[in-house]
Amino acid sequence: MVHTFSCLYKDFAIDVESGSCFEIDSLTKALIEQKNSLDIGDFLASYAKAQIDEAKLEIDEFIKRGSLFSESNFNFESTPIDQVKALCVNISHKCNLACSYCFAGGGDYHSKETTSKNMSLATAKACIDFLIKNSGNRYNLEIDFFGGEPLLNYQTIKDAVAYGREQEKLYNKNFKFTVTTNALNLTEEMIDYFNKEMHNVVISIDGRENIHNKARPDLKGGVTFSKVVKNALVLKKKRQTSYYIRGTFTANNLDFSKDVIALADLGFDQISLEPVVLPDNHPLAIKEEHLPILLNQYEILAAEYQKRKGTDKAFNFFHFNIDLKGGPCLKKRLSGCGVGGEYLCVSVDGSIYPCHRFDGMKEYRMGDIESGIKNKEISYYFQKSNLLTKPHCNNCFAKYFCSGGCNANNLEFGGNINAAHKISCELMKKRIECAIALKVICS
Amino acid sequence: MKHIKKAIETVINNDRHSGCGECQTSCQSACKTSCTVGNQECLKEIRINNKEIKQD
Repeated sequence: MVHTFSCLYKDFAIDVESGSCFEIDSLTKALIEQKNSLDIGDFLASYAKAQIDEAKLEIDEFIKRGSLFSESNFNFESTPIDQVKALCVNISHKCNLACSYCFAGGGDYHSKETTSKNMSLATAKACIDFLIKNSGNRYNLEIDFFGGEPLLNYQTIKDAVAYGREQEKLYNKNFKFTVTTNALNLTEEMIDYFNKEMHNVVISIDGRENIHNKARPDLKGGVTFSKVVKNALVLKKKRQTSYYIRGTFTANNLDFSKDVIALADLGFDQISLEPVVLPDNHPLAIKEEHLPILLNQYEILAAEYQKRKGTDKAFNFFHFNIDLKGGPCLKKRLSGCGVGGEYLCVSVDGSIYPCHRFDGMKEYRMGDIESGIKNKEISYYFQKSNLLTKPHCNNCFAKYFCSGGCNANNLEFGGNINAAHKISCELMKKRIECAIALKVICS
Repeated sequence: MKHIKKAIETVINNDRHSGCGECQTSCQSACKTSCTVGNQECLKEIRINNKEIKQD
């Protein structure tokens, strides 16, 4: 399967099975589309036969090399394994913001029983022990301190990390810690500590001041932008790399490219802006009718990314990162994020869920951090799902980049983890087209 | 080549991609809601490129 597309006023092709990518002229694009049995009308009529033959020869050359119209040549079976490598640790369900779109329900997630609670140090240490015990021979282990607002349980983070550093030496493991914070209470002492211990720091800022303040007020409805940006800039200055400014866009800022550019203009150069996840009846939900605007926004963003590349205003947009020569292995591309298997979430009370999106959903509770996973059926349910069990992915050019999408989104919007969430699919495909275009142009 | 102006040729399914499981879990990187597995890096390759292969 070969997918052709236009982006940044140029034409491209991606050979889906090999992953090879090409910048092509419009004649080659038409010839590939013709080979794909698409109707190209009388497009070829304006070209001389010699030109057409020349382009066909070039296509044939890449077909012979296995880089165009290549066939799938692998067998893959999802064999569930009882090994974990990453935990999202919801260290606090407390929050000092009242974001209008919070998927965590303001910190209580799906269970009122854990509202406004912090994880105890004993439970946090048990997360370290659980991960080491269940990680098999994997060396690199990951823990993301998430919430709620993790800084509201800062001392427990520090104590748990110190315990992790002791244990990793004993068991020949390497913990990579991450913290995701709204940065409202971020101090210089915390920044210095994070720079020493955290593999990555993710800070939530939504972009333009008015957009952020409207979406992310404090608990009294007050504005937070100035304080958050001030703190985040100190972190960026001291840290330089291995951080992300991670924002959310909603129906309220469909022109979200302006928010990415606003963040870049503030001095941030590692930026990720994500579509909000909300039910269709929510006033801030992204809907299908928004798609044409949103797809165009990614194109605008790609143009700005290209324009700034190599200048002191350059920025890295998370979804435009792509490694066309290497990247993740086929196994990872087929199996996806690892939800319910190698990636799990631990709630403040020690309950284990398939991922952070399921925290508090009793029907998905897999066990607890002290006694381990008791309901392995849930784990196997997720682990058996992969790219090949998702029929809508069969003929999608993006399948080896998105791996079938977010299972939580698929479940919430499509009714099961193997269903497609159309909005996520369309946004994903456009982001991948932009990423490929930028990579090929800059190669 | 006149018509195919640039090419980045690769093979997703080859021996280099062995499934060692040491790479970063995609949800841990930044997004938490709209995962792009394909933009993750292969840690094994990074180590090889940096000649830091002692952990393999």
